[in-house]
Amino acid sequence: MKDWPLWEVFIRSRNGLDHKHVGSLHATDWEMAIENARDVYTRRNEGVSIWVVESKFIHASDPEEQDSMFESARDKVYRHPTFYDIPDEVGHM
Amino acid sequence: MNQQDLETRFQDKIDREVKIEAKDWMPEAYRKTLIRQISQHAHSEVVGMLPEGNWITRAPSLRRKAALLAKIQDEAGHGLYLYSAAETMGVSRDQLLDELHTGKAKYSSIFNYPALSWSDMGAIGWLVDGAAIMNQVMLQRTSYGPYSRAMIRICKEESFHQRQGYEILLTLVRGSAEQKAMAQDSLNRWWWPSLMMFGPSDAESTHSEQSLKWKVKRKTNDVLRQAFVDATVPQAQYLGLTIPDPDLKWNEETGHWEFGPIDWDEFWNVVKGNGICNRQRLRDRVNAHEEGAWVRDAAVAYAQKKEARKAVVTP
Repeated sequence: MKDWPLWEVFIRSRNGLDHKHVGSLHATDWEMAIENARDVYTRRNEGVSIWVVESKFIHASDPEEQDSMFESARDKVYRHPTFYDIPDEVGHM
Repeated sequence: MNQQDLETRFQDKIDREVKIEAKDWMPEAYRKTLIRQISQHAHSEVVGMLPEGNWITRAPSLRRKAALLAKIQDEAGHGLYLYSAAETMGVSRDQLLDELHTGKAKYSSIFNYPALSWSDMGAIGWLVDGAAIMNQVMLQRTSYGPYSRAMIRICKEESFHQRQGYEILLTLVRGSAEQKAMAQDSLNRWWWPSLMMFGPSDAESTHSEQSLKWKVKRKTNDVLRQAFVDATVPQAQYLGLTIPDPDLKWNEETGHWEFGPIDWDEFWNVVKGNGICNRQRLRDRVNAHEEGAWVRDAAVAYAQKKEARKAVVTP
């Protein structure tokens, strides 16, 4: 398996929904990755579409910097609809 | 942040039920424990295919054969989910396979018992998968994210394994006297090894306490074993089969089935490599890997050839 790169597998369970990460596998190229993903991740009709991405091409934010990374959104309550007072009589808005 | 602070923050996350993800800081011992546990689990799925593979060509009907094939295919898939989860902790697939093939890594001892008759396919599905499910349902809530997600996927697929096994036995006990005797014989042989699947009793279990603190495990071996016995005894009664334990009795007060002492000498003997099939299983696994080497080589050669051809077509 030494020469087989790792691939991340994303599956769309039905049209209208996003592709979602389901796991990973080793394969020699993208075509084999898709075929193997079908065999291991969609044995029970879990999907209608498969994406595979070689794992080395995924870049991730640093979990150690999670706090500072997402901090700026934390104190902006006015971005949420519940921040605004609308009388009940107005009805759903 | 120093080691002590990192460890405090790590344990605090666990206590707050925040899952640990692959790139998060974790104590080295946590990583080691999980690599050991997840890879043992993966190896068990892979070796678990061997006793069943023997019965594919001997299945009594096309329906049974299709079900058995599908179950074994699932097990290969479950092995893959688990190896992938272990790989997120920075260990390579080759290294894990190597540890299995050299006998350095363990797999569940239950697979070192032989599957002697067709009804064993029923008993394995009902008891062995039943015991595995008890453990896996708990592990869906394990603290390591990739392991937990693999478990959720596995549990979704596993329930059919137990049902198809129970159905095999149900068919046999409704058949001839010989068929019913065959089912009883399977239960006699698989009952105690199935109870041993949960591992040593809590008092003897070396990894339990730390695993519970890290929420790698959420329940102790004895708690899971008791839950399995409580769930399984009525199912045996429905089959009209007798569990091979003269001490088995219902305790009205505790609401649990009490069972007799487990032969731990047998358990440790099999763990140490002296079970009926230890050598055969390892030999078959190594052979399958070595005899399949040409397939892996051919796949690499084919991928390279395709790549080279593409380079020529698109200058």
